[in-house]
Amino acid sequence: MSVPYSGVRRGLQDWLPRLVLAPSFALVLIFVYGFIVWTAVLSMSKSRILPVYKWAGFDAYERLFSQPNWYMALKNLAIFGSLYITVCIALGLFLAILLDQKIRIEGVLRPIYLYPMALSFVVTGTAWKWFLNPGMGLQNTVRGWGFETFTFDWLVRPDMAIYTVAIAGIWQASGFVMAMFLAGLRGIDSEMLKAATVDGASTFTIYRRIVIPLLRPAFLSAVIVLAHMAIKSYDLVIALTGGGPGNATELPSTFMYSYTFTRSQMAVGSASAMIMLMGIAAIMVPYLYSELREDKR
Amino acid sequence: MSQREMAIATAAGPSRMNRVVIYGLLAIFAAIYLTPLFVMLTTSFKSLDEIRGGDILALPAHPTTKPWVKAWGSACIGVTCDGIKGYFWNSLRMVVPAVLISTALGALNGYVLTKWRFRGHKIVFGMMLFACFIPFQSVLIPMARVLGQLGLSNSTAGLVLVHVVYGLGFTTLFFRNYYEAFPDELVQSAQMDGAGFFTIFWRILLPSSAPIIVVCVIYQFTNIWNDFLFGVSFASGESAPMTVALNNLVASSTGVKEYNVDMAAAVIAALPTLIVYVLAGRYFMRGLMAGAVKG
Repeated sequence: MSVPYSGVRRGLQDWLPRLVLAPSFALVLIFVYGFIVWTAVLSMSKSRILPVYKWAGFDAYERLFSQPNWYMALKNLAIFGSLYITVCIALGLFLAILLDQKIRIEGVLRPIYLYPMALSFVVTGTAWKWFLNPGMGLQNTVRGWGFETFTFDWLVRPDMAIYTVAIAGIWQASGFVMAMFLAGLRGIDSEMLKAATVDGASTFTIYRRIVIPLLRPAFLSAVIVLAHMAIKSYDLVIALTGGGPGNATELPSTFMYSYTFTRSQMAVGSASAMIMLMGIAAIMVPYLYSELREDKR
Repeated sequence: MSQREMAIATAAGPSRMNRVVIYGLLAIFAAIYLTPLFVMLTTSFKSLDEIRGGDILALPAHPTTKPWVKAWGSACIGVTCDGIKGYFWNSLRMVVPAVLISTALGALNGYVLTKWRFRGHKIVFGMMLFACFIPFQSVLIPMARVLGQLGLSNSTAGLVLVHVVYGLGFTTLFFRNYYEAFPDELVQSAQMDGAGFFTIFWRILLPSSAPIIVVCVIYQFTNIWNDFLFGVSFASGESAPMTVALNNLVASSTGVKEYNVDMAAAVIAALPTLIVYVLAGRYFMRGLMAGAVKG
């Protein structure tokens, strides 16, 4: 007699697995999906300092999209996000390919590129804030070496501050992207590369024509992970620039927080949170769907 | 591996020049990645006079541990001047139960979702998985209300609850992917021998789960220790975690700015996760990779 591993046993045994899973699933249903609906309701209410459940339709969304601050946040996210994703991937791929050249001290170097990922964004922000501080940081040091006119004051310049956020973010995440590409490179079939070498292809051609196209899954994962990290970035900006100078480094995440908790515009804050969620969902849902469909079992 | 490396080596035509350039580039990047940590460490051992004098990249001329002592025990955060030690313990009291509970639940969930499948198991898992990636801004206001109603605002217990709930998706993902590869036959034959649900989990799956437990614990520890958003939203006062206290310390604008104390506090905040990383970097990496969805 064969026993299928589900559905045969009767009574409690039959329900036990579902009972075990139930509390976790209930928590997720309430605290994730229920709360999202709650936030959606708030975004269509007249809430200001406290939740008020009076229907206001899309009023908060209209107000959101009439805020110059919100456009600033979106523009900054576009600058930060595109730099963060492209530079992390370019740098990560470059380092991965360099490390893949039979480097004897790979075991020493890899952890050095990767350790920033273990730090909290607040620590990263604190360190870079000090390092880029024009008065006493890097600028002052280089001037002390005799380059009297050397200037690096992006941290305090409204038009350039967002780029310092990108620099710190790239420093933190590029090692992780390198590790993703390195794992991809190690999975490539050696026979194929040998055949290409025998055919007389140059290293550059081999990488451009064979290796990099084979890394497509790693590229996709990297873009998804980085895009979703960019949208969620909050701590880094708070610690590095506090959203300033002025509102120069405002991001949707900092916008949401300040409108909800300090400016008493809860409905507008909720509306901005819903837009952020939609942005993430647009990236993650198709990706997760295709990932889950792949393993048919 | 070695065959492939040979293929690459012959492809590269291993001229000495090439090797020098490659090692040179790798060394330069290593120096760049290490610089912020180096600056943090050296600054934390300098006196304020020396910092004002100058070179941020220089080693401390007269190393002093005073900034560390002050950061730990007497720096002013908000209105109290007891240093960051209280907040360090807050973080520890938050992180230990949150990691243990979310890992235990994740293990059971992963077990059910692979070995006791029911109709709709994929949707359940998909919903738990998507929950990992939501921007937490979209649950922040309701969570603040509910914590207030439960009497858990500004408490470590409240933060433990929050981190367990929003960590469940990842812990379930880790164990599900791990148990997916665990042979069903072993589970089935144990069932034939009359072993029940928990016996099978306890006697058969759990003993071989050590690697994934390590990965999961490290991942959760790093994430929860490093969290800032939940901490600042739900526990900003005396019960704030380390990251929030560090930010308050650095952002405070009263009195003389003590960069050395700031940096010492930052290193203290980074130390637990850095130590874990140094001791178990391999597992840390595996957790990150699995967090990038592919198991």
